[in-house]
Amino acid sequence: MRKIKAGAISDLVAKLCVEANTELRSDILRAIRAALKKETSGLAKKHLKMLINNADIAAKEKIPICQDTGMAAVFVEIGQGAHIVGGTLKDAVNKGVERGYKEEYFRKSVVHCPLRRKNTGTNTPAILHTTIVSGDSFKIWVMVKGFGSENKSAVKMLYPTAGEEEIIDFILDTVKNAGAEACPPLAIGVGIGGTFDHAAHLAKRSLLREIDKKNPERHLAILEKKIMDKVNKLGIGPMGLGGKTTALGVTILSSATHIAGLPVAVNISCHATRSAYGTL
Amino acid sequence: MKKIKLPITSEDIEGLKAGDEVLLTGTLYTARDTVHKIFLEGMKDKQIPPIRLHGATLYYAGPTPGRPPRTVGSCGPTTSGRMDKFTPAMLDAGVKAMIGKGRRSEAVKGAIKKHKAVYFLAPAGCGALLGSKIKRAKVVGFPELGPEAIHELEVEDFPVIVGIDSKGNDVYESRVRP
Repeated sequence: MRKIKAGAISDLVAKLCVEANTELRSDILRAIRAALKKETSGLAKKHLKMLINNADIAAKEKIPICQDTGMAAVFVEIGQGAHIVGGTLKDAVNKGVERGYKEEYFRKSVVHCPLRRKNTGTNTPAILHTTIVSGDSFKIWVMVKGFGSENKSAVKMLYPTAGEEEIIDFILDTVKNAGAEACPPLAIGVGIGGTFDHAAHLAKRSLLREIDKKNPERHLAILEKKIMDKVNKLGIGPMGLGGKTTALGVTILSSATHIAGLPVAVNISCHATRSAYGTL
Repeated sequence: MKKIKLPITSEDIEGLKAGDEVLLTGTLYTARDTVHKIFLEGMKDKQIPPIRLHGATLYYAGPTPGRPPRTVGSCGPTTSGRMDKFTPAMLDAGVKAMIGKGRRSEAVKGAIKKHKAVYFLAPAGCGALLGSKIKRAKVVGFPELGPEAIHELEVEDFPVIVGIDSKGNDVYESRVRP
């Protein structure tokens, strides 16, 4: 049984919160640079250059890429041969988020109760997803999710006979509804299958993958490209002011589902799609 | 590229059209959802707000706190649409300019035309870059709201684009293909 100290988890989480918020993911930066090469609209090019400049300033000055330092969505994969000591996983993660956000002067954007809305002052609790696997590894992804884009996400329960075109139409409608408000160009996470909630979980989880790498499943890689091309044809563009780049990429995760259903979820994420990965 | 010194004048606004790129220098006041709601409820009871709304430029933003000695860190715009229902009353109270991101409603456009005000777009998601244009900042109202408090920001060459001009022209209408 490998022992993992709760304190070490907190330290790692704090470090990943800082990295996620101040260093734009290299795949996202690559995608923005690739978009800049293809873009022809003057204003769109200007905005894409500003995004690159912004990422530069954030990394150099260690200030957040975006003032919405987000709610922490934390994904842990822990081997059943590993054993956490000195505290619970949940507490360790929340302590790490609290420390990272306090020490680096990040915005505290979490309220205790969705109805009463008093700020917790700590940017906790994080939303924690835990998967238990074989072995004794410990892997953790910290995503900081801003709500400008999150608010434009959607789930739809399609009929089992729906097919690809309906799935694509739903994604296009969601992107059109997001418009300028979700800060395009967007990273579009898609979850297909499972149950109502699992599709949404998959949609968010898919955003952890490098956005310019192909989906390992061939039929999903083809679908990802098809969706991206159609989204870009919408012409919404950077900041919603027109252009060739409305999506930086599309990532899909799919799962087994019920014979009577086809749940589809779209998690809209902005050009500041932020996450960081670590292991213990 | 136009350079405007705040407080913005009617003459400045008259010369602006949707899509113009502008650099603003002077004082902005941050105000988002909760502050707008408080202001509107206060107007009903004829309460005096902590800042002078007449002639003001509001910035829809909730900044990150600053690493000392800075008061604010990252400070990009939030989605303006959430403030739409409060905006006609704010313009009635004398607000001259608003900065945010995203589209506004027809009612807001009408109020902008009526009062010859202007709506600017700040580069969305460029919190670090915009934060670097803030020279001085202090909390001047509702400190208990944390990031949603009213911050008085002294900015220099703060880059914006005219979103809706005083004639009601909307940069989004001319640019987004259906």
